[in-house]
Amino acid sequence: MTAAPGSSTRAKPPRPNDAPRGNAALKRVAFGVGGVLLLVALWELYKAVGPAEGVVVGDLTILPRTTDLAMPHVWDMITRLFGETGSGRNAVPVWSAVLEASVFTLGVAAVGWVVGVVVGMLLAVLMQRFRTAESAVLPWIILSQTVPLIAIAPLVRRWGSQLEFGDFTWENWMSVAVIASYLAFFPVSIGALRGLNSPDANHVELFRSYGIGWWKTLIRLRLPASVPYLLPALRLAAANAVIGTVVAEVSIGLRGGIGRMIIEYAQQASGDPAKTWAPIFGAIAVGLVAAGFIALLGVLLRRYRRGEVPA
Amino acid sequence: MSDAPAASAAVEVVGVDKIFVGKKKATVTALENIDLTVAPGEFVSLIGPSGCGKSTLLRLIADLDAPTTGAITVFGKTARQARIDQEYGIAFQQAGLLPWRTVAGNIELPLELHGVAGPARKARSAELLALVGLSDFAESYPDQLSGGMQQRVAIARSLAESPRLLLMDEPFGALDEMTRERMQTELVRITAETGAAVVFVTHSIPEAVYLSNRVVVMSPRPGRIRDILTVSLGSAAERTDQLRENEAFFENVSRVRELLHGEAPVGIRGVETR
Ligand SMILES: Nc1ncnc2c1ncn2[C@@H]1O[C@H](COP(=O)(O)OP(=O)(O)OP(=O)(O)O)[C@@H](O)[C@H]1O
Ligand SMILES: [Mg+2]
Repeated sequence: MTAAPGSSTRAKPPRPNDAPRGNAALKRVAFGVGGVLLLVALWELYKAVGPAEGVVVGDLTILPRTTDLAMPHVWDMITRLFGETGSGRNAVPVWSAVLEASVFTLGVAAVGWVVGVVVGMLLAVLMQRFRTAESAVLPWIILSQTVPLIAIAPLVRRWGSQLEFGDFTWENWMSVAVIASYLAFFPVSIGALRGLNSPDANHVELFRSYGIGWWKTLIRLRLPASVPYLLPALRLAAANAVIGTVVAEVSIGLRGGIGRMIIEYAQQASGDPAKTWAPIFGAIAVGLVAAGFIALLGVLLRRYRRGEVPA
Repeated sequence: MSDAPAASAAVEVVGVDKIFVGKKKATVTALENIDLTVAPGEFVSLIGPSGCGKSTLLRLIADLDAPTTGAITVFGKTARQARIDQEYGIAFQQAGLLPWRTVAGNIELPLELHGVAGPARKARSAELLALVGLSDFAESYPDQLSGGMQQRVAIARSLAESPRLLLMDEPFGALDEMTRERMQTELVRITAETGAAVVFVTHSIPEAVYLSNRVVVMSPRPGRIRDILTVSLGSAAERTDQLRENEAFFENVSRVRELLHGEAPVGIRGVETR
C-alpha cells in the first residue's frame, strides 16, 4: 500500500481504516449462524435415522439413544422455554427463570473473573520484576491447576465461614466466586507474564536511555505491549470463570444460579426431558455474554493490537 | 588523539576494557584498552569487522552497560549521569518504534516521559517531522510506513530533546542503497543544523567516509582501535551527492579499506560501494 521507499516523501499517507472490514464481520456472523444450523440439522438427522437404542458395540454405547427422553427435538426444547416452570401458583415461564438464574451466575462469575484477573496480573508483575519470584512461584501456579475443583470447594467454604470481622459475614456466593477466580487467574498470570516480557531489548533499552525507572516502564511500555497476549488470556479466564461458577454452585450447594438449576431440572428429566435443556441454553448464553464482553474490550484496546498476528 | 580539552569533550573514553563473563566462566574480551575523544559537534564513525565491539563501545557510552575497567565521561559527567540528564539521543539498527503510537506520538515519547507539556510537544514533533520530511504522516502508525520511513522517525525521535550527542548503531543497516544515500545526506544536513556530536557505527566504508570528520577503524578479538583516520572533505555544506564521485572521496575510502584489511588497495576504482 505504501509507496516505494524512493518516493516515500511524496507519497500520500495511507487511510487509517480499510473498507472491507464490515464485509468480513458479516461473513463471520453468517458462518456462526451456519454452524449452529448445521448442528441442529445433524441432531435432528441422527434422531431421525439413528436406532432408538443407540449404537452399541459390545457393551459400549458409542452413539446415544435417539428416544425423546435422551434426545428431545430441538423445537421441543425451544417451545419448552416458553412454557411454565411448573403447575403451581408461583410458576413462571421457563425462560424467565433461566434468565434470572443466568444473571445471577453471570454476576458471580464476573466477580470471580475480576478477582482472578487482579490476582493473575499481580503475580505476573511480581514474576516479571523478580526473576527469583518467577522460578519460585511459577511451578506452584501450574501445580495449583491440577487440584480438582471438587477437592477445593469444601475447603474454601470451610475457610470462608471462619472469616469474621465486624459486620462482615462470609456468604456462599463468595465461596463460588473464589473458586471461579481460582480457575480464572491461571491463564491471566501466564499470558500476562509472557506479555510483560514481550518488549524487544531495543524498547527496554530505549526507556533505560531515557532514564525511566521500572515502574514507569511497566506502565508505559510493558503493559501496552502485553495487550495482544493478555486478550486471549482474558477470554480463557472468562470461560474458566463461567465454568468454575456453574460447577462450584453445584459443589457448594448455592441456590439461585444455573448450576443448581441444571441439577434440579435434570431430576425432572424423566417426565419433562426438554426442560433439562433450558438451563444449558442459559449457561451457553452466559458464556456468550462473557465472550462478547472480552470482544468489546478487544475493540477498545485495538490500538495496542497493531501488528498482532491474527490467531 | 583529539586536542579538545577534556572538560568540553562530548565523549571521553579512557583506558576502557570490556570483558563479558559467559556461562561456565568463559570470558570474551569485547574491548581492550580503548581511548577515544569526540569533540563537540564532531562526527565520528566506528568501523570494523563483525564482533569487534562497535556496538559494545556505543552501549558503554550510552550507559546501557558498564565498562570492566577504565572511565567514560560524556560532557564532563559520568556516563550514568549523562544518561539521566538526557545528554544523548540514541538510534539503533532497528527503528524500535512503539507500534501503538502514531508517528508523532513516537517522536513525542521522550518528551512525554520527561513531562514536557502538550503544546510544546506538538510543536517540537511538527518541527522534527518537517526535518525528516514526514509531515504528511504524523497520524500514521508505524506499520503503515516503509522501513526507511520508520528509520527516519527513529532518527527524529533521537533528536527530540535536542541532544548535544547522538549515538547511532547502524541506523541505515536495513535500508536499500538509494534510501540509504538519501538518509546519509539528510543526516549530514541535520547534524550541521543542530550542531550535535555523533558517534556512528557502520559496516560501510563509503558511508563512514561520507559522513565523518574522523573514522575509527577497529580490529577484532580483542576489540581494539587499530587506527583513526581524519577525513577532510570539507564542511557539511560541501558534502553533496557529487562528493561521492569525487577523487578525494575515493582516496579516503581506499585508505580506510587499507586500514581495515591491513593491506594495499587493489585499485582505487574497485571500492566496495555498499
Ligand atoms: N551481552 C553479551 N554477553 C556476552 N558477550 C557479548 C555480549 N555482547 C557482546 N558480546 C561479545 O562481544 C563482542 C563484540 O560484540 P559487539 O556486538 O560489540 O560487536 P559489533 O562490532 O557490534 O559486531 P556487529 O558489527 O556484528 O554488530 C562479540 O564477540 C560478542 O560475542
Ligand atoms: Mg553491532
